[in-house]
Amino acid sequence: MPRSALTGTRIRERRMALGLKQADLARTAGISPAYLNLIEHNRRNVSEALLARLAGALAADPAALAEGAESALFEGLREAAAGATAAETPPESDRIEEFVGRFPGWAALLGARQARLAQLERTVETLSDRMAHDPHLSDSLHEVLSAAASVRSTAAILAETEDIDPAWRARFHANIHADSERLAEAAEALVAYLDASAEGETGLSSPQEELEAWLAAKGFHLAALERANPPDPDTVIAGAPELATTAARKLALAHAARYRADALALPLEPFRAALAEHGPDPARLAQVFGVGLPVVFRRLAALPADAGGRPAGLVACDGAGAITFRRPTPGFALPRFGAACPLWPLYQALSRPMAPLRAVVEIAGRGGGRFLAYAFCQPSHPQGFDGPQVLDAWMLILPEPGPAQPGDLAVGSSCRVCPREACAARREPSFLAAPD
Amino acid sequence: MGKRVLLIEDEPNIIEAIGFILARDGWQVATHSEGTAAIEAIRRETPDVVILDVMLPGRSGFDILSEMRADTGLAHLPVLMLTAKGQVKEREAAERAGADRFMTKPFSNAEVLASVRELGGVT
Repeated sequence: MPRSALTGTRIRERRMALGLKQADLARTAGISPAYLNLIEHNRRNVSEALLARLAGALAADPAALAEGAESALFEGLREAAAGATAAETPPESDRIEEFVGRFPGWAALLGARQARLAQLERTVETLSDRMAHDPHLSDSLHEVLSAAASVRSTAAILAETEDIDPAWRARFHANIHADSERLAEAAEALVAYLDASAEGETGLSSPQEELEAWLAAKGFHLAALERANPPDPDTVIAGAPELATTAARKLALAHAARYRADALALPLEPFRAALAEHGPDPARLAQVFGVGLPVVFRRLAALPADAGGRPAGLVACDGAGAITFRRPTPGFALPRFGAACPLWPLYQALSRPMAPLRAVVEIAGRGGGRFLAYAFCQPSHPQGFDGPQVLDAWMLILPEPGPAQPGDLAVGSSCRVCPREACAARREPSFLAAPD
Repeated sequence: MGKRVLLIEDEPNIIEAIGFILARDGWQVATHSEGTAAIEAIRRETPDVVILDVMLPGRSGFDILSEMRADTGLAHLPVLMLTAKGQVKEREAAERAGADRFMTKPFSNAEVLASVRELGGVT
């Protein structure tokens, strides 16, 4: 049975292993027994400070109790190991836990380096791709060189020809003038283009990552857009330090527009009331409000933190399977680059537009957990009968407490680092020989 | 001198500048500004040297050159190719296609003149 990745459960297990009463542990940690009970049943998040106090009282390492941080670290370390070439000494992948336990600092450093490396590789690939294939860049360069050739040639004539006919001189002056203008414009356009692209592609994050960082800072809840008279979307995103690039700001504006539409369809207070009455059943909520499933998924994942409990995870993909939205939830790793696990209900739903799916999934590997996933694919025809069908698939991720059951769907995060053997949908070999 | 040069180039100001330089040197200069009818222009003008730009509207200079080399009537004509990209790839492609000389923009007037004179057998 895979060990639970949930902090509350681990705290409970540790407490019971030590034979401590809830009341005693709560008192030591400075909280009420009722609150500790909620924590142990994973109904409340634990702050860093509180986790440190509880860990102290339980004589445990806070990192050992913490969820999410660990699974992300393990994911990163597996990726680093997967990237090892044949020439390098292979890492002792069956001893990852020991490595993290004994050298948390080195492990964290390696994980961080791997993340940075992946980002840089992607940037380099994008840049070299661009130089080779970017028609705009190619045209711009051609324009600059042609104009420069004309100016050079004409200027040389004027400078070096002694008895040049006045009519010719006038003509050549006019030509130089025209071509200099052209050259100036082409050079400016080139610089602006390179500047704009460099911003987006050689910066520390991609625009999508910047958007996600901003949303994470806001807890994915944009309170300003919940109001009856919300401010301009530009105001909502103004001054956000996470949104450094123009592309990220564009994505953020699009997100804000959709958020506002969702908030109008499912206003916060009635939604919370319905949630209290019916529970987090997306189909029921969709019926009650007369809206589609994707709106309900998004609203569930946009609830303010004070609603308590763990935030719902949410992931979306387009018709090509590319991930277009990520709200991670601890224990369910969402790959940063490249393709995800084909067994995700998200992709099963993608292949069956309009058919809602629900499955309990179990994530492979150390630090993975058990989740209830709802998935739905919404087709649309923005250009009418003559245009293409555009697919938009969503998957809502809620925690599912309890031990693994035979009916659970076994999934991973991405094939390369997934330890599952005998998986029908495996796309590429994992560097791991045997499951954790 | 009486030698004829055909300049196949679509940039009007470059045509004027090169045309001026060559005419001053005694060349009879004919010009053609696009690719689709370039082969006809070569046959019609019967030049001693051809200056051929790679990027032409309608047809690429490489294409035109390949056709020239495959045509018994035109295969012997010396060709100076002009391009705005100076990469090794382009140079090799020009040699394979059968160019006698290859020059990148922006070029120097003196070099163009020297090359054309060489190709035309003018001392």
